[in-house]
Amino acid sequence: MSSLPLISILTLVPILGGIAILLFGAGRNTAKHIALGSSAVAGLLAIVLWTSFDPALKQLQFVERHLWLPSMGIEYFVGIDGLGLVMVLLAAIVVPFAIAATGEITDRPQLHFALQLFLQAGLFGSFTALNFFHWFIFWELSLIPAFFLVKLWGGPNRTSAAYQFFVYTLVGSVAMLLAFLALYAASGTFDFIQLAELSRNGTLMTSVTSKLHWPGVLPEHVPMILFAGAFLGFAVKVPVVPFHTWLPATYSEAPTSVSMVLTGAMSKMGVYGFLRIVLPIFPHEMNAALPVLMWLAVATILASSFAALAQQDLKRIVAYSSINHLGYCLLGIFAVAKLSATGAASELEKTTALNGVVLQMFNHGITAAALFCFVGLIESRSGGARSLSDFGGLRKVAPVFCGLMGITLFSSIGLPGLNGFVGEFLIFKGAFGIEKIPTAVSALGLLVTAVFFLGILQRVWSGPLASRWPAFPDLTTREKFLVAPVIVLMFVLGVCPQLLIGLFNGTMTQLTQHLKF
Amino acid sequence: MTWTVQNLWLIPALPLLAAGVTALLKQRHRTLAASLAIGSMVVAFFLACSAFAQTLGGHGEGDAALRQVFNFPWFQLGTGSLKIGWVLDPLTASMLVMVTFVSTLIFIYSVGYMAHDENFTRFFTFLALFAAAMLGLVIANNLLMLFMCWELVGLASYLLIGFWYHKPSAAAAAKKAFITTRIGDVGFFIGLLWLYSETGTLLFYDGGNGCLEQSALAKLVGTSVAGGMAVSTAISLLIFCGAVGKSGQVPLHVWLPDAMEGPTPVSALIHAATMVAAGVFLMARVFPLLADPTSTAREVVTWVGAITAIFAALVAVAQTDIKRILAYSTVSQLGFMFIGLGAGGVAVGMFHLLTHAFFKALLFLGAGSVIHGCHEEQDIRRMGGLRKYMPVTFATYAIGMMALSGVPLLFSGFWSKDEILHSALAWSPSKIPFVLGLVGAFLTAFYMTRQMWFVFFGKPAIAPAVTGSKAAGHGSTQLHGVEAHESPGLMTMPLVILAVCAVLLSVVGTPAWPWLESYLNGQAAIWNFDRLLESGTLVTMIISAIVAGAGIATGWIAYSRPGAVVADLDPLARTFPRLFRILENRFFIDELYQATVIRLTAMLGLASHWMDRLVWGGVVEAVSWIMLGVAWVNRFLDENVVNGGFDGACDSVRGSSRLASRFQGGQVQAYLKVIAIGLVVLTIFALWGWRS
Repeated sequence: MSSLPLISILTLVPILGGIAILLFGAGRNTAKHIALGSSAVAGLLAIVLWTSFDPALKQLQFVERHLWLPSMGIEYFVGIDGLGLVMVLLAAIVVPFAIAATGEITDRPQLHFALQLFLQAGLFGSFTALNFFHWFIFWELSLIPAFFLVKLWGGPNRTSAAYQFFVYTLVGSVAMLLAFLALYAASGTFDFIQLAELSRNGTLMTSVTSKLHWPGVLPEHVPMILFAGAFLGFAVKVPVVPFHTWLPATYSEAPTSVSMVLTGAMSKMGVYGFLRIVLPIFPHEMNAALPVLMWLAVATILASSFAALAQQDLKRIVAYSSINHLGYCLLGIFAVAKLSATGAASELEKTTALNGVVLQMFNHGITAAALFCFVGLIESRSGGARSLSDFGGLRKVAPVFCGLMGITLFSSIGLPGLNGFVGEFLIFKGAFGIEKIPTAVSALGLLVTAVFFLGILQRVWSGPLASRWPAFPDLTTREKFLVAPVIVLMFVLGVCPQLLIGLFNGTMTQLTQHLKF
Repeated sequence: MTWTVQNLWLIPALPLLAAGVTALLKQRHRTLAASLAIGSMVVAFFLACSAFAQTLGGHGEGDAALRQVFNFPWFQLGTGSLKIGWVLDPLTASMLVMVTFVSTLIFIYSVGYMAHDENFTRFFTFLALFAAAMLGLVIANNLLMLFMCWELVGLASYLLIGFWYHKPSAAAAAKKAFITTRIGDVGFFIGLLWLYSETGTLLFYDGGNGCLEQSALAKLVGTSVAGGMAVSTAISLLIFCGAVGKSGQVPLHVWLPDAMEGPTPVSALIHAATMVAAGVFLMARVFPLLADPTSTAREVVTWVGAITAIFAALVAVAQTDIKRILAYSTVSQLGFMFIGLGAGGVAVGMFHLLTHAFFKALLFLGAGSVIHGCHEEQDIRRMGGLRKYMPVTFATYAIGMMALSGVPLLFSGFWSKDEILHSALAWSPSKIPFVLGLVGAFLTAFYMTRQMWFVFFGKPAIAPAVTGSKAAGHGSTQLHGVEAHESPGLMTMPLVILAVCAVLLSVVGTPAWPWLESYLNGQAAIWNFDRLLESGTLVTMIISAIVAGAGIATGWIAYSRPGAVVADLDPLARTFPRLFRILENRFFIDELYQATVIRLTAMLGLASHWMDRLVWGGVVEAVSWIMLGVAWVNRFLDENVVNGGFDGACDSVRGSSRLASRFQGGQVQAYLKVIAIGLVVLTIFALWGWRS
């Protein structure tokens, strides 16, 4: 293992890239080229992390630890395990994909591309930070560029969408911040690993109940309130129904490349938070709230898929499907929190569900980003039209476009052989072994997903060619090269999921073993 | 382990490779695409034959000796791994040979049938993809792998039904097929999950640890769920949901007749011979789960089969589209297979599956030849007298028709249907399925005769060129004024081969020499002519022969009488107008679904949508107004109280710019301020709580 502070460099690269754009990116296309160059460097670094990561070691790797504000228990503490690595890889793939898919930006291109890179830095930072304080900075840092990207370059209703997005996420963040301040007050640490350790040996909640005395609140209720605060922060980000209404508005108003990053990588921050933070620190509280949580997951899966059925706007359909797909992740995570008989069988179910969750995060990241990319390509060809009723029969004039988008849609439907299937199967397999009824009800979501995605294939691509688009252009060579890597990845991961599972199976096995009730 | 077993994966892999390569070919490489697809199938056929030969030895040693498996880990899971693999046993081998053989013929036929299609290359890509998925399904030794291939055949079917995508009806039918079968698949998926969580493995056979082997079965049968049902029964019923969807059983049959929108070779291959039979194969594969003859699962299978058999046969009587009649006939025959499976066991169901595959492929290809010869006409009322113009098609079609109708002795369909009726008669829970089966058999003979008469006999509606001018006077019954013609050799050759098979296949399953049954059960077949004359066997044979004869005779009398068909009006429609209308409209099942399930789904969609807009959206709106209010108060205090003194002097200087910035990003800053203040207050609160 090299002694270079690889993770810090990785996070620093996009920041430096962004600054470089602001300083030197004035020429035509220069900004985009610098952005691509910078994310390529970040990608190379991510590959270095990947190849030098040893999945057999069940500990954090590439750890950097420096005192920051010792008096407040704040450290600069970064490192990755299997989970962090996969998320870093995802961010390293999705952001350049989105930058490359960015169309011509005439309005302040330098700022646009710089913000995209700052967003990537926020993602890298929050997927690697292990101290709450430091992690929270990146969590918020990623929010600000996203807000401005939507606000300044979005569609007609961008302002309201951007505010909704910002306010929602901020309310969640504040609730979470308060919860962690209270935890700090009780335990004296912001360190996730240490907090999980304290939670595991039971001292965390004892000190919470003994040290925090809030007027009008029974001490035994305090842990639940703290959990609720932390939960809210992540629930908004994922999102969990009913904290989701910002998402369709934001995704559909954001420019294509921003929607790609929002759904491809940023939405994973919420699920990541549940895995890294909530599950290890609040397992008892999750278990106590389990029935509510399970049915929230079911509601997320079903409400979003049915809402997608009622949409006409392609972007809104994809946005709702994104909620639906992350709903499966919630199902898996929540089921794991069930207090069950300890034993190899139950541990296996939990590990299976968690493996499925991480796989699903990665797969959904690339598939949903690709879907938004395709919708963006349709929109740029149609001059902004993107309603189901605007099209018809386009397969005749754009067969390659149809074929590749069809593959992506089927990947999202969860067709075996493509990447989406294995993750969903593992989640369902694990969750079914733990909570049968909610899981079985959720399976209905798999059906509804197929209905609205096939609706896209039917209404946009099939039927007689709509007279409006006699010459709808097929994908250009550049566009084929843009999507080809992701499409190849869909097939590779569909056939050979071990490539990814091998990276985080150890981490997830350890996580379940540590879940002691 | 022999080379064949180790490399059994090549059988699906070859067509998959062909599909992959042809997918990348340009449309103009027609010959290459077709040769790759056909070539891969021919090689797969020979491999299948060699695999079949492997399973022929070792008779009499019981069923385990005939089963060879190859398992390997697919990916890590916790401390173990998820294993998949393939199995070679008589069930797999017989399906492999049938699928590769029928597919090869249909691929060859397609070269002729699709010759003028602009997407010829793509057609062969999809066909090869289908064959790969189907063959993967057949060799799977893991229910998950089987399910994956199951979904992939669904995809291939979707792509091929919607092959003529410019037709809205084809696009709609493709979607309907995928969704309807997926409804069943949700049940299958849950059954699969359940089986996995109960037994800890999805491998069928794994040296005693598989989910279909003794120890797992004992556990499944021994455990019961709420209501006292054994877990094995519940799981098999859930898996059966998948079979109901894929095999077009009531109530999920609605997609199969619509699937006829696809090109005819597709109907023959996928929607008659192979894919739709996958449901029967699936139940045969997991048969150990429902082996107990008293199991509720077997009763359900038998009843669903019986109801479907009679229902679809009734509907077929009143259809006028040549392919739709065959489609309903397929639904009905699949029902027969399920009766056989439920009442008699694997061998009975599989025998009919195999014979049906040949004669139904024959009938569909024959229908394709007729459609081709009549210039894309599909309405049987607009055909007639074609036997003169299409002699080969006529002769082979007649053989297929007699096999389907169950004409005694010579035709394979008679023997396989007889086996089913025989086992239904012996079924202890009820005799009604037997009666329904008999009526179904009668109706089958009747509607096939009706179709034969309309298409090949009767008045020529399509006149050959020489008589074209004379026939033109008939106006309404004359079509396009062009000549009906026999199809090219590339299309008739497969018909002849299939017709021969439809006859020859009889020999493997007569009661006198029940080779197939013994083979599937791993025993040596014993020739015993006396079994033919056992009273039970003989009685059923006689009854079913009478029923078939009666059906054909009734049909012939009803339609061949001069003046039976006047102005396109079916004699049945004149005699029983209301009944005919119900049958013609398929018991209004589609309309019923439209009014219930589909409407309910749409309503749920709208409900979720408006829930978001009004309820959740409303809450958000309210919260944001409250926050905005707080922000304004804060800003007021900020400007007039906090900053009042300090900023007062500067305000005039930077007034305009400050206002502008307030309005651009101002609200966010306002929010941030509110939050920051709230934070400070709450932090103090929290710390204070900690100190005390």
